[in-house]
Amino acid sequence: MSTGTGASDLLHAEDTAVDEIVAGKAPVAARSPLQLFWRRFRKDKVALVAGCFILFEITVAILAEPIRKLLGAPPPNLQSTKALDEFGLPLGPSADHIMGVDQIGRDVFSRVLNGAQVSLKVAFIGTGLSVVIGVSMGMIAGYYRGWVDTAIARCIDILLAFPVLLLGLGLASACSDKDGCLGGVLQPGLPVVIAIIVIANWPYVARIIRGQVLSLREKEFVEASTSLGASNMRIIFREILPNLVAPIIVYTTLFIPANILLEAALSFLGVGVQPPQASWGKMLADATSIFDSAWWYMFFPGMALLLTVLAFNLVGDGMQDALNPKSGQNR
Amino acid sequence: MAAYIARRLLWVVFLLFMITLITFVIFTVLPSGDPAVLRAGRQPSPQLIAAIREQLGLDKSKPVQFINYIGNILPFLGHNGFDFGFSYQNQQDVLPAILDRLPTTIFLTLGAVILWLCIGLPIGILSAVRTGTWYDRLAMGIALVFISAPVYFLGLVALYLFANDIGVFPILPGNSAYEQASGFFGKAEALILPWFVLAAAFAAVYARFLRGNLIDTLQEDFIRTARAKGLSERKVIFRHGVRAAITPIVTLLGLDIGILLGGAILTETVFNIPGIGRYAYNAITQSDLPVIQGTVLFGAFFIVMMSLLVDILYAFIDPRVRY
Repeated sequence: MSTGTGASDLLHAEDTAVDEIVAGKAPVAARSPLQLFWRRFRKDKVALVAGCFILFEITVAILAEPIRKLLGAPPPNLQSTKALDEFGLPLGPSADHIMGVDQIGRDVFSRVLNGAQVSLKVAFIGTGLSVVIGVSMGMIAGYYRGWVDTAIARCIDILLAFPVLLLGLGLASACSDKDGCLGGVLQPGLPVVIAIIVIANWPYVARIIRGQVLSLREKEFVEASTSLGASNMRIIFREILPNLVAPIIVYTTLFIPANILLEAALSFLGVGVQPPQASWGKMLADATSIFDSAWWYMFFPGMALLLTVLAFNLVGDGMQDALNPKSGQNR
Repeated sequence: MAAYIARRLLWVVFLLFMITLITFVIFTVLPSGDPAVLRAGRQPSPQLIAAIREQLGLDKSKPVQFINYIGNILPFLGHNGFDFGFSYQNQQDVLPAILDRLPTTIFLTLGAVILWLCIGLPIGILSAVRTGTWYDRLAMGIALVFISAPVYFLGLVALYLFANDIGVFPILPGNSAYEQASGFFGKAEALILPWFVLAAAFAAVYARFLRGNLIDTLQEDFIRTARAKGLSERKVIFRHGVRAAITPIVTLLGLDIGILLGGAILTETVFNIPGIGRYAYNAITQSDLPVIQGTVLFGAFFIVMMSLLVDILYAFIDPRVRY
């Protein structure tokens, strides 16, 4: 997102640095791509605030249990009939349950906390695995070219033309049997969701990385390294990979919110996270039948989901602008 | 051109084959449960299971089962043709049940498409023309919120606020109004909320996409030329800028329509609209695998066909595309 800090601010910042160098106060030092990236990113105040929100949320998710105890909220799976009214309907926010309770008397606040844990865990593991697989495949295809490239590129083409979400839904429901699938290797719940995320994401990562590597491998510094007798492995890891760090970080940030939404959608449809484990999507699904009387059961998980995804999107946008100042929105 | 279309057609045939293969693997090879046992009901005798296994062809090897599966789907190959499977829970063929629900899904999709184009494109153009103004920032901020909001949460909030049975401002037909409504206008009225909810995120995506494209296009030399020869700003933006910037939208639109025609599963679930998505959702809750398999395959066909259509259309409208 743009915050209106345009090229003039950047130019001005450069000027002062140049002045210092000319005055002999500062040594002349080249900025690495990452430094440049950070200089541009930190001008985007909205993205910075969103980034702080994400850090805060990660901390809360990690410390969910101590925080819950500190605030005196009941455990997430504790059912309490005391929290239901005489008709068996859940009661709203009160001193005991700051976000109210759900239809069987479980505390919504502690379930939202646990949902954060699940959501972030799935998104981080799923995105991390897809990035590792995607980057490896993309680098192998782009660097070695030839038949390896053809094979991987065709694979990517097929997967990208595929309605992967639909097949993910199929995979999740086929594995929702208690025995799981692949002879029990893929159990219903988190493993299936993570598998779907990886299948859906790695082709995108691989395609982007492959394109970058195809152009990087023709650069002079790679040629120099080759002529010094560097091995393929050394060139891939010491010459090419460092140049991919910035795009990898940006695309990872953009994939995470999509994967949080995917996990929530699968859980909403009942094929994602399995009960009694809390998930924002599952909570919204449960809220569908009682939200007219229990707005809190719909509102708090929904807002948690919305704010989390929004924060990641804002940071991702800011990073993309910082990485490609020319093609970004910051103009 | 003909060679290009032929190549695309071959690719589509190959893709459809791969999709069928992968669907088959997901639903037949992966699950650990034995479908014959699942179908035989409670405490079946071994004979019954064996009989069911033979009747369904489950005693054959997996490759033979796959060939039979393809034979069932394709017409004119000896089997019935166009057979997407049979739902044992509902005792009905899957494909006719899907086709019954197709008009509802088409109605939902087309209404939403018109709505999101009418909302998203003007906002995108205005934002691009006024880049960096408070209007632009506000519009793009709101757009990002709608992109980040899951459609089912938006749906619940919309129902909570506006549904005429439970809403705070009871002005629009709410949940399950579609099935009770009759006539074209009754059905259309029942779909107002779902249309807006479904269109919201798409309108936001299209506004952002068109804005980005248009900003890039307006930097091009031919725009400067158009301005230099004295065209009015309106003509420069609409005749030259928007016209060039809007072509990639066709791709996006085709794919989105393809995805939604396969079932707007989340929207249909929240609003209880009896389309293909709702059918798939019901099947998921009942673990009715043949129905899920059928809807997945049907949706995949739609997406692949729409992307073919888009590619061919694109070759016509964008002269830069090489065949």
